[in-house]
Amino acid sequence: MKRIVHALVAAVWFMVLCSPIMGLQIQPDKSVVFLWKRLAALGVGIFFASLLWQWYFSSQRASVSLRMPAAVTSAIGLFKQKKTRRAGLGILLVFMLLIPFLPVIGSIYQISILISALIYVMLALGLNIVVGLAGQLVLGYAAFYAIGAYTYALLTTYFGFGFWICLPIGGVMTILFGLALGFPVLRLRGDYLAIVTLGFGEIVRLMLLNWVSITGGSHGISNIPKPGLFGIDMDIQQATVYLYYLCVAAVIVAIVIISRLKNSRVGLALQALREDEIASEAMGINLTRVKLAAFALSSAWAGFAGVFFAAKTSFVNPASFTFMESAMMLSMVVLGGMGSITGVTLGALILILVPEYLRAFADYRMLLFGLVMVLMMIFRPQGLITGERRKYHVTALDGKGEAA
Amino acid sequence: MKPVLEVHELTQDFGGLRALNEVCLEVGEKEIVALIGPNGAGKTTFFNCVTGIYRPTSGSINLTVNNVTHSLIGKKTHEITALGMARTFQNIRLFSQMTVLENVMVGCHSRTRAGILSALLRDRRTRREEQETVDKSYELLKTVGLERQWDETACNLPYGDQRRLEIARALATEPHMLLLDEPAAGMNPNETRDLRELIKRLRDRYDLSVLLIEHDMSMVMSLSDRIYVMEYGSPIASGTPAEIRSNPDVIKAYLGESRDA
Repeated sequence: MKRIVHALVAAVWFMVLCSPIMGLQIQPDKSVVFLWKRLAALGVGIFFASLLWQWYFSSQRASVSLRMPAAVTSAIGLFKQKKTRRAGLGILLVFMLLIPFLPVIGSIYQISILISALIYVMLALGLNIVVGLAGQLVLGYAAFYAIGAYTYALLTTYFGFGFWICLPIGGVMTILFGLALGFPVLRLRGDYLAIVTLGFGEIVRLMLLNWVSITGGSHGISNIPKPGLFGIDMDIQQATVYLYYLCVAAVIVAIVIISRLKNSRVGLALQALREDEIASEAMGINLTRVKLAAFALSSAWAGFAGVFFAAKTSFVNPASFTFMESAMMLSMVVLGGMGSITGVTLGALILILVPEYLRAFADYRMLLFGLVMVLMMIFRPQGLITGERRKYHVTALDGKGEAA
Repeated sequence: MKPVLEVHELTQDFGGLRALNEVCLEVGEKEIVALIGPNGAGKTTFFNCVTGIYRPTSGSINLTVNNVTHSLIGKKTHEITALGMARTFQNIRLFSQMTVLENVMVGCHSRTRAGILSALLRDRRTRREEQETVDKSYELLKTVGLERQWDETACNLPYGDQRRLEIARALATEPHMLLLDEPAAGMNPNETRDLRELIKRLRDRYDLSVLLIEHDMSMVMSLSDRIYVMEYGSPIASGTPAEIRSNPDVIKAYLGESRDA
C-alpha cells in the first residue's frame, strides 16, 4: 500500500514537472491547448515505472542488480587474459580498418561520425591524464582543443602550412599554453582549480571570437585543407577515408603512449598526486614538475585533436569550443571511469555515438541521453570501468607460483 | 661525531601564535629519540618544520649525511626527502586507492630516474629500473611484515598494517633519518610491542636515526635512548628515560599541579 502511494506521488509530481513541456501547446493564434491525454499517459507510465523500480530494489536482488551482469564480468575476465586480449584487440583493429569498405556504415556520413568520435577519444584520453591520473579538475579543456584547431587554421591561411607541419606545431603550441596555465595554478586544487581553468577556457574562446582581424571572429576560418598524402589528389570520399585512417592511427598511438606513461614512474607519481599531495611531496615527488608535466602532456593531445578537427571540418569558428565541449569531455572521463584508459575510450565512444545513432528518435534523443546519464550515475557512479590495476611481477615470488 | 639532525632555536609563528619557541634538539647517529608532550604542544608542527612543509620563522635545522652537513631551511619537502629524511604521518596519509606495493614504489621515486621519455621508449634500462623498484618494494614489505598483502588496495588494510605500510613507504626513500609521528596510535598492546621490535630492527639494519612522537609511555620509555619533552611550543626537559620519569616539570606538564603539593 505504501508503495502504491509512493508511486502515485511520483506520478503526480512528474506530471506537474513536465506539464509546461508536455502538457501545453501554443497554437499559431497564441491560444493555449492543454494536452491532458499526454499528461495522463505520462502519469500512468511513471506510476508503473515507479512500482517496478521499488519492486526491483526492495527484493533481495538489489545487491545482485548493482553488479555487472554475469556475461559482462566473464567477458571482462576473458579479456584480462593476455592471449584472448591480444586476439580481441586484433579483431577490433581489423574491423576498424575494414569499416570504410563495408556497406551502410562505410558511407561518408557514417565515417565522418566515426572520425569525430575518434577525435573525442583522443581528447578524452588526454583529459584523462590530468583529471583521471593526476586528479586535477580541469574544466577548460576545450580551450586547448581550440588552440590546436586555430593553430592549423591560421598557419594554413596566412602561411600556407600543410597538415603535417601543423600537427607537431599544434602540439607544441598547446604544450606552451598548458604550461602557461599550469604555472599560476600550481597552488590551486579542487574547486578553485576548476574555476580558474573554466575561466581560461572562456578567455580563449572570447579572444578567438573578438580578435576579428586575425581569427575572423564568429565567421571563423574556412577552406582549411585536408591532410595530403605525397601530393596525391583525392576526391572527398577518399580524403575522408584517409583522414579516418589517420585518426585510427593517432588514437592507437595515443593509447600506447598514455598507457606507457600511466604505468611508468611518472605515472605512478601522478597517481600519488591524485591521492595525497602532501604525502607525495614527502615521498620525494617534485610537485611543481609533476603537475606541469601533467598539464603539458594532457594539453598536447587536445592540440593534436584540434588539428584533426580543423582538417576534418575544413572550417573552424569559436562556437565549436564552448564550455559545453569541456563539460562533454569531462563527462566522458567520468562516465568511462577516471584513470582507466579502456573506460575513457568507451566513455567517449558512447557519448558521441549514442546521441548520433539516436537521431532516429529525433525529439526524444536528448531525453533518452539524459536518462542514460541518470541511470549511469545511479548504478555505476564510479564509471564504467574501475578498479583496473596493473599486474606487477615480483621476482621473489617466482618460485611460489602466482600469488594474487 | 656530528649529530645527524641538529635543530637550533627553531621558532615558528602562525600570526600572533607562537607554535614553536626556540626549540633545540639533536639526534645522533643510530639513536632513537622520542619527542613527547601533551596534545597541542607543537610536536607535529616541529615535524612539519623539519620536513619543509612549514617555513620556520627563525632558527636553524641541519642534517648531516655522510659527513656532509646540509641546512634544511628554505629547502622544499621533496628536496629534504632526497637528502635522506623520511617521515610518517599522524593521521595516516597513504595513497589509499593504490595497492600496497604501489605505495612503497612511490616512495622509491626520489631514488629512481626514469623520466617521461624513457617511459615512452621503455628501453631496457627503464624496464630494469622498474623491476628493481618492484623487487625492492616487495623486500621492504617483507621487512615490515606486509608481504602477503602486497596486492591489496591500501585502504583495505587494518589500521595497524596501514601504519606499518607508512613506515615501509618512508623506508623506500632510503633515509638516514626517520621521523615517526605517533606510529603506535590506534594499535593494541601486542601490535605496539611488535612495532617496538620493528623500529629497533630497522635502526640496526638500515643504520637509521629515529625521531618519534609518541603518547604510549611504555613504548617511549622502553624504546628511546633519549627523550625531549615539549609544552606549549617550548622545550621543558630532555634526558634519558629514567631522568625524564622523575623530572618534576614533566610530571607537572602531564598531570597538572596538585593543589596540596
